[in-house]
Amino acid sequence: MDTHSKTATRTPASTLLDPAILLPAVAGSVRKLDPRLMARNPVMFCVEVVAALTTLLFLRDLLTGAGGIGFSLQIVLWLWFTLLFANFAEAVAEGRGKAQAASLRRTRTETTAKRLAGAGWESVPATLLKPGDLVLVEAGDFIPSDGEVVEGVASVNEAAITGESAPVVRESGGDRSAVTGGTQVISDWIRVRITAAQGNTFLDRMIGLVEGAQRQKTPNEIALNILLAGMTVIFVIAVATIPSFAAYAGGSVGVLVLAALFVTLIPTTIGALLSAIGIAGMDRLVRFNVLAMSGRAVEAAGDVDTLLLDKTGTITLGNRQAAEFLPISGVADRDLADAAQLASLADETPEGRSITVLAKEKYGIRARDMAGLHARFVPFTAQTRLSGIDSDGVTIRKGAVDAVLAHVRTLGHGTAAQDNTVTALRSDPALEAAVREVQAIAERVAKSGGTPLAVARDGRLLGVIHLKDIVKGGIRERFAALRKMGIKTVMITGDNAMTAAAIAAEAGVDDFLAQATPEMKLQLIRDEQARGKLVAMCGDGTNDAPALAQADVGVAMNTGTVAAREAGNMVDLDSDPTKLIEIVEIGKQLLMTRGALTTFSIANDVAKYFAIIPAMFLAFYPQLGALNVMGLASPESAILSAIIFNALIIVALIPLALRGVAYRAVGAARLLRRNLLIYGLGGLIVPFVGIKLIDLIVNAIGLV
Amino acid sequence: MTVSGWIHILLFAALVAAVARPLGGYMTRLFNGERTLLSPLLGPVERGLYRLAGVDARTEQHWVTYAVAMLLFNAAGLLLLYALQRLQGVLPLNPTGMAAVPADLAFNTAASFVTNTNWQNYGGESTMSHLVQMAGLTVQNFVSAATGIALAVALVRGFTRSGARTVGNFWTDLTRGTLYLLLPLSLLYALFLVWQGVPQTLAGTVDATTLDGVKQTIALGPVASQEAIKMLGTNGGGFFNANSTHPFENPNALTNLVQMLSIFAIGAGLTNLFGRMAGDERQGWAILAAMGLLFVIGVAVVYWAEAQGNPAFAALGLDNAAGNMEGKETRFGIAMSALFAAVTTAASCGAVNAMHDSFMPLGGMVPMVNMMLGEIIVGGVGAGLYGMLLFAIVTMFVAGLMVGRTPEYLGKKLEAKEVKMTMLAVLCLPLMMLGGTAFAVVLDTGLASLANAGPHGFSEALYAYVSAAANNGSAFGGLSGNTLWYNLTLAAGMLVGRFLVIVPMLAVAGSLAAKTRSAASAGTFPTHGGLFIGLLAGVILIVGGLTFFPALALGPVAEHLAMRAGLLF
Repeated sequence: MDTHSKTATRTPASTLLDPAILLPAVAGSVRKLDPRLMARNPVMFCVEVVAALTTLLFLRDLLTGAGGIGFSLQIVLWLWFTLLFANFAEAVAEGRGKAQAASLRRTRTETTAKRLAGAGWESVPATLLKPGDLVLVEAGDFIPSDGEVVEGVASVNEAAITGESAPVVRESGGDRSAVTGGTQVISDWIRVRITAAQGNTFLDRMIGLVEGAQRQKTPNEIALNILLAGMTVIFVIAVATIPSFAAYAGGSVGVLVLAALFVTLIPTTIGALLSAIGIAGMDRLVRFNVLAMSGRAVEAAGDVDTLLLDKTGTITLGNRQAAEFLPISGVADRDLADAAQLASLADETPEGRSITVLAKEKYGIRARDMAGLHARFVPFTAQTRLSGIDSDGVTIRKGAVDAVLAHVRTLGHGTAAQDNTVTALRSDPALEAAVREVQAIAERVAKSGGTPLAVARDGRLLGVIHLKDIVKGGIRERFAALRKMGIKTVMITGDNAMTAAAIAAEAGVDDFLAQATPEMKLQLIRDEQARGKLVAMCGDGTNDAPALAQADVGVAMNTGTVAAREAGNMVDLDSDPTKLIEIVEIGKQLLMTRGALTTFSIANDVAKYFAIIPAMFLAFYPQLGALNVMGLASPESAILSAIIFNALIIVALIPLALRGVAYRAVGAARLLRRNLLIYGLGGLIVPFVGIKLIDLIVNAIGLV
Repeated sequence: MTVSGWIHILLFAALVAAVARPLGGYMTRLFNGERTLLSPLLGPVERGLYRLAGVDARTEQHWVTYAVAMLLFNAAGLLLLYALQRLQGVLPLNPTGMAAVPADLAFNTAASFVTNTNWQNYGGESTMSHLVQMAGLTVQNFVSAATGIALAVALVRGFTRSGARTVGNFWTDLTRGTLYLLLPLSLLYALFLVWQGVPQTLAGTVDATTLDGVKQTIALGPVASQEAIKMLGTNGGGFFNANSTHPFENPNALTNLVQMLSIFAIGAGLTNLFGRMAGDERQGWAILAAMGLLFVIGVAVVYWAEAQGNPAFAALGLDNAAGNMEGKETRFGIAMSALFAAVTTAASCGAVNAMHDSFMPLGGMVPMVNMMLGEIIVGGVGAGLYGMLLFAIVTMFVAGLMVGRTPEYLGKKLEAKEVKMTMLAVLCLPLMMLGGTAFAVVLDTGLASLANAGPHGFSEALYAYVSAAANNGSAFGGLSGNTLWYNLTLAAGMLVGRFLVIVPMLAVAGSLAAKTRSAASAGTFPTHGGLFIGLLAGVILIVGGLTFFPALALGPVAEHLAMRAGLLF
């Protein structure tokens, strides 16, 4: 059951230098020069227009035999390189997803389905299946499309989508009924009702997502694009007015130089890398085995203020374990342990087994054979909330404290109590003292976060078993990190408030919702949202679906029901609820990378001005040579160096765009200070150094 | 630079900080519709005015309605002021018999006063009748200032309301700003000025015979009343052509200090109002601190440049210790002239106590840069705050991303709509400033008005368009602005620089008001600390400054570098 511990099964990131990605990306960057594709990106579209115009001018100069052709050619070429580099960044980002999509696509094709018709089945291609069709899937068959198990139980290998080869159980009814097309049944058989139309299956959506084919611009990306477009317009104004200013001063500035200044000033660095950053963000999630149904959800993840986490499986290990036997006075703890073990012998729940183990470990009581004892097992039901055994006149019961108390009271009054005809209960001082004592112990256990189970033998109370929730190792530190990120964690549990409070304190969550029902969960989300907070949660059951849909980030477990998977905006293929934390980090990283590169891009402009302005005006205002603080060799080399720097910095930053800026869980102010120092101050200084270096090289190899 | 000069400057800064809080508190109560000190006295007047105008003070307006009301009101003001000037010859209160103002000049002046610019292509004492000065210009001085304040309050409401459809009521904001704030303050202020020797009379001119026996005509008029609102409302249009260099407008060091303080008073108070309405006064102090940081840098550069004096004099062997005194009043000196220049251009006042044209190239560059940045350093009353908040939106959009969250400011998410409208507003200024200059410096009709050649002449034209679009109104001098070309293009600059910034700004206010305000957490970047202040100032300098780098390089920077090489213009 403990498959949750393998967090972050990351598929290794293919490196930048992987030729399988690199070569198609080179071809892709040329294909993306199509103006219709370019128009999606206003900044790079401007560069393309400028590049096309300068190319025409260059051709004219070539035909008329004007001077300075070599310089013009280089400017024109670097303008085109700037565009190609930008396209390359996007193509590489897409390429990583494409490789993954190709392997997914292989599993989708060539499946035949056994469609149930009348008494038997007919073989049809999977592509002809419609929602509502019933199919039979036997051992060795691939499940032809998404659906819900209506009959049978089978182990299924879902490696095709999860990358995890250990088979999982899928069965009709309950929360494990969803099956995914493209996965393989390993043993047994199931009947599946198809739920997805062709072309809209989980696998199809997954392929679309990793390929970036369905990529819509996210809200923040749109806003950032507007900012960049606005800045581009401002620089249009700044550059377009220069010829007139120069004319006043009695000089002139060539179109090519103006084009170079314009392209270096507009935020090409972030413009070029913006879509690559977005694709890479989705890709990072995919490598964490999380599928986001939209980029919007990834962005929202970065904004999450409140995280709702189920206690079981997320904060605590899946099962509670017996930790102690607490007898009431006058009962030996060995007696209690013995009775508890007997009551649990046939109890196959993990809790039951842990009681048997504890009794053996602590008191050396060996597990006995049920048959030898002539014992009859009384199983747990939701009505009685008790389990135990009846054997040879001995009746042992263990269960919820109030249920056991009710049991001893009725039993103490004689067998007549069992047909519920007697309502007036005997008041026995000894029994009442024992009840009070059990209640006191139970309360102490509950306060410490444990679950008390009362044990009675033959109507006599023996004591309490302390079942303890085991808080996962390291979870406290993770919540502390979340708190530093400004994220509030709320534990959701069906336990009573006292138990919940104790576990909450032990795990270090900020708040808890005890005795939670799906309705309360939904209400909690609405309340948080009304206060302007973004809420993330994960869930798997059908009754989680409304809350998953209401949450800003709803992560459905892949093992969950179809309804849950439809309601969430992300699916975790590993079904690991703690992954919400990584999802939030990836969302933050995506936004941070955008911000950092925007800052870098804008800060770069200072150095570019100092390179180009003196070069541009030197002919008529020689005194402006004083602004040439970098000591660039000549006006031509200064302009050329600036534009080369502008193009190369795109390539240099592709790895950062794909990898993302490192996120640290420190306060926002510290995070900003750090990023400002690196990308703001760095953005001011780096181009001064870079342009100077390029200028030295340009002059050394005699490009001008 | 002298120690006493710096002490003066620091004293001034301390006074500004000191008045911000009480004024901010008063204005917050006023614009929240709460009772103020003056309510018993002015309440009946206010209610009477609403009844007269048929305004329901309790009905609030959607941002579009608010904008339409504001535009209609200003259009009416523009027409009225134009008509008054054209008809002044046949109207009363014209003791010196001024003739009708020419059409283009009247249009320029009307646009200028309605937009709170107060660019003056005319000599006040020789062009305008007392009626135009009082009922036309001074009235606009009040209402254009009150309009600015109302708009700033509307934007602040956008930030501080949650899920609201409305941003306030323009008519009540306008009335309250004028009635409770500008009028009472101006009254006290005018009395103070009269005490200090500023004339306040309806008489025409006085003829005097000088010691040399020459007959001199001394212009008089209701100076003190116009002077008060000229400063408080950051209008800047002087009664006299010489503005605050004239001893009748600004007689002594005390009036000089109070005038500078009154330019900044309401603008600084509004930052406090912003903080109070946002429920955290530190937010207001942070905005004021960012303004202060940029301001001090500016003052230091002007003061340094002016105190250096012209190296050309030093080269002639003259004593240059007094610094550059050309175009300055000896009763104010270098420090107070430098400070005044920085104050008047940082705010959109435009009153001058020295001639900016005669400043050293870098000294003259600072006022230009102050205006190019959009006059957000305290700025025009209201206009400064909303301009600054637009820059804060740009800052928080980029910075917010860097902390890994969708950008937000004061708990309001900044999304496509806010960014779009902010960029539209930010775009207007460079378009009119650089665009206007680009035409003026190549067309003969534009060049003919320049007094100087070379980079200095360029600066004159640039300064005019920058001053107009930023709604400052100060002139570099040297430019003969009263021509058809300049009257019309500068008027266009003023109108665009005012209203095309305001409308998108109100759209931002409306959009923000409709959003829910989310609570701050450890993950939100605090906007009241030093990091925010430095970041905001940095974004303003880089985003605002980069646009103008080529123009500044060809103007003041080229002139400065030439001067060091011994070449003057």
